[in-house]
Amino acid sequence: MLWVNIAGMGVIALIIWWFWLYKSSSVEMSDGAIEVLVKDGVYQPAIIKVPANQASTITFFRTDSSPCSESLHIPDLEIAATLRLNKKVDISIPAMQPGRHAFHCQMKMYTGELIVE
Amino acid sequence: MSDEQTNKDNEVTKSCCHKRNDASKEPQADSNTRSSSNIDSAQEATTYHLMIEGASCASCVSKIEKALRAVYGVTKAEMNFAQRTVSVTGKVKDAALVTAIEIAGYQAKVDTSDSEQEALDEKDKADWAYYKKLMRDMTIALLLGVPLMIYGLVIGEMTVNTTSERLVWFGIGLATLAVMYFSGKHFYVGAYNSLKNHSANMDTLIALGTGTAWLYSMVVVAVPELLPTMARHVYFEATAMIIGLINLGLALEIKARGKTSEAIKRLIGLQAKTARAIRGGNDVDIPIEDVMLQDLIRVRPGEKISVDGEVVEGHTAIDESMLTGEPMPVEKQEGDKVVAGTINKSGSIVFQATRVGKDTALAQIINMVKKAQNSKPPIGRLADAISAYFVPVIMIIAVLSALAWLNFGPSPALVFAIVSATTVLIIACPCALGLATPMSVMVGVGKAAEAGVLIRNGEALQTASKITTMILDKTGTITEGEPKVTDVLLTNDYSREEVLMLAASIEAGSEHPLAMAIVDSAKAQGVDAKKVDGFRSIAGKGVQASYEGKALLFGNEKLMKDKDIAIEQYIEKAQEFAQEAKTPMYFAINNTLAAIISVADPIKSDSIAAIARLQKNGIRIVMLTGDNRLTAQAIAQKVGIKEFVAEVMPEDKANKVAELQEEGEIVGMTGDGINDAPALAHANVGFAIGTGTDVAIESADITLMRGSLHGLADAIAVSKATLANIKQNLFGAFIYNVAGVPIAAGVLFPFFGVLLNPVIAGAAMAFSSLTVVTNANRLRLFKAKNH
Repeated sequence: MLWVNIAGMGVIALIIWWFWLYKSSSVEMSDGAIEVLVKDGVYQPAIIKVPANQASTITFFRTDSSPCSESLHIPDLEIAATLRLNKKVDISIPAMQPGRHAFHCQMKMYTGELIVE
Repeated sequence: MSDEQTNKDNEVTKSCCHKRNDASKEPQADSNTRSSSNIDSAQEATTYHLMIEGASCASCVSKIEKALRAVYGVTKAEMNFAQRTVSVTGKVKDAALVTAIEIAGYQAKVDTSDSEQEALDEKDKADWAYYKKLMRDMTIALLLGVPLMIYGLVIGEMTVNTTSERLVWFGIGLATLAVMYFSGKHFYVGAYNSLKNHSANMDTLIALGTGTAWLYSMVVVAVPELLPTMARHVYFEATAMIIGLINLGLALEIKARGKTSEAIKRLIGLQAKTARAIRGGNDVDIPIEDVMLQDLIRVRPGEKISVDGEVVEGHTAIDESMLTGEPMPVEKQEGDKVVAGTINKSGSIVFQATRVGKDTALAQIINMVKKAQNSKPPIGRLADAISAYFVPVIMIIAVLSALAWLNFGPSPALVFAIVSATTVLIIACPCALGLATPMSVMVGVGKAAEAGVLIRNGEALQTASKITTMILDKTGTITEGEPKVTDVLLTNDYSREEVLMLAASIEAGSEHPLAMAIVDSAKAQGVDAKKVDGFRSIAGKGVQASYEGKALLFGNEKLMKDKDIAIEQYIEKAQEFAQEAKTPMYFAINNTLAAIISVADPIKSDSIAAIARLQKNGIRIVMLTGDNRLTAQAIAQKVGIKEFVAEVMPEDKANKVAELQEEGEIVGMTGDGINDAPALAHANVGFAIGTGTDVAIESADITLMRGSLHGLADAIAVSKATLANIKQNLFGAFIYNVAGVPIAAGVLFPFFGVLLNPVIAGAAMAFSSLTVVTNANRLRLFKAKNH
């Protein structure tokens, strides 16, 4: 049983590391723009590097039929938008100071982050 | 302007053009655009709508139109400068049109945006397709799951003991795998993608739960000898049933979600598709996108008003209830404003378009409601914070639960461990938490819009439900805001006509509503206002000017005292007027009092009932007015207000708001949105009250489309109902998870010997979200009080 318990604790440690401690890699914008695909339950890419003090545009392209994916929220920037199925939607990001800003769907099942640096 | 009729059945393409730096270049079509190769012979004449950005002056219009008309195949090109759009008809390719505009000094790019209605239709279509897919997935899964479950419950044990049983269960295991692929693929793909992204969602829990059940069952089938006899139980039915039930829950949720957006659909549906424009003396039906500013539009009885405008011919009654909530049709005649989306009831009118496209009141209302529906009140923040950690925490609980069963559980501990872990993963529902707030906001904001109450965002919605004190501005809020002269008391040798003429002359320069009353009264009596010199407004007191050497002074008692005008013997008379709820004003000519002119502003017919309604709901009412104390007192008494502050300067209104806030009150401020802007901004919730649809929509947290104070009571009632609904949803979602997860883990087992079946957990999870959406839909039954 000892080994089973150790394995169980190992799984818990893995969960904590995988979901909370691991630093995911991010994708940088090119020329102040990037396209994010909303497909199969996730944003791709989900973590985006945005240049500081520079306005930019994120184009969301939703091909996921799930109604959860329909709305996009960036609470820190007071942005809420409807992502139409199979249509590209441009979201204008204002020039910002360095920081991190989460974006997600209405139920927070689709999550992503803007890293301004 | 061409009078060619547009073929509205044609496909419409929109392009967006940007002005080039070299905008001075003369418009001319080059050989490419003149070429017959531009003609799209494969199709009939098409109307394109090109959106122009950067056209900064009217000369751009002719430049662009000229360039487009030079394109071979173009039969019509009309630019709407206000909207920066150009409508082009012809047998031509859109690329040639873009090139022509570029040559004229502008850049172009294709924009495929559709109308609100098109977007809505497309969404309905997509939702319907997804609903059908989910129902099909559900059917496939339940076709396997239900017979298996019935077998398990009625006929026999779902265990593996013999070789033949192994073969049969292996076949069923493969069939379950097929169900997982065909009916549950979206869960597994979603879970895989989110795991890859180091995030977790509902898919993760479903995939892990059903995957664990299937894998364990396949281990039982493949290598039963690894497990004790009592642990050789298969859970294929659980996997199939859970997938089926969750798909069913999602499908029903889509249906229920559709109902939550009924209000916005109704608003979008109010937009007319065509307008009957008078062009070249003829009535021409044109698409709504082609209506231009200054166009004359004819509307017959029963037809919709297509864009905002001003009546130039005819008389009618217009039903504005769909926007204002005001049930009585509003009489309209020449000079009156009409708004898009309302319905012409009785007469035929012609109006001139004053706001088109996205500038119409209806378009702004739709935009505001959509924004508000997407916003979250602060009450939802806790659920948001929990959602961020929810799934990994549930995964940890599932592991801990399995370990607890393995360490302390009875035999077969492994089976109990697997069942409890699977059930914990399946029963947990982050969606119910996530949906609790936005679904109610969606319905509540929409419901408010139906009652003519526009709520800016979720925060305003939440705060409005907590208001303890409501400040009401008197003029235009409690009263009609259209004062009329009731008395002219002459106090000197000047004649009534002379006094009225001079009073109207000095007041013609003032923006105060009382000044308008004097000007109108003089006009009604055939006395014209003259031009005065040296006009000066003295804030909160009155105005001064001179006319043909006569020094004119018009205002309140304070002004007269400041200027040392002898009014003592008339103060008593002025007070008598004030006690009759009239506003007495002093008029001095050459530093001598010439007259006291009284003006009365009638109280709105339903102000008394609406104020009583607010007070009945425990809201303290305070009236603010710049008017004198006696008039304010008389009005307050008439409408049943106990607290009032008179002679308040406009800037002091905000101070009064702050003072009440310091007392611990949550203050709502209601005003016309123009003079009260600082106080509206300072209040916890600012309410702008309008008459009809002629109201500045962007001016406050909550905009009341009709003049009645019942709108205020309705706004607070709908806010309270929505907040109560959100609380019910949040409570339900929290309790469901807080109670469901421990039960699934087996906390009841030591006391009652009960361990939840994963299938029941799947059903509970599927219907928990549905319950939240259904409860939010109950708000659709909310009705503003009859008044």
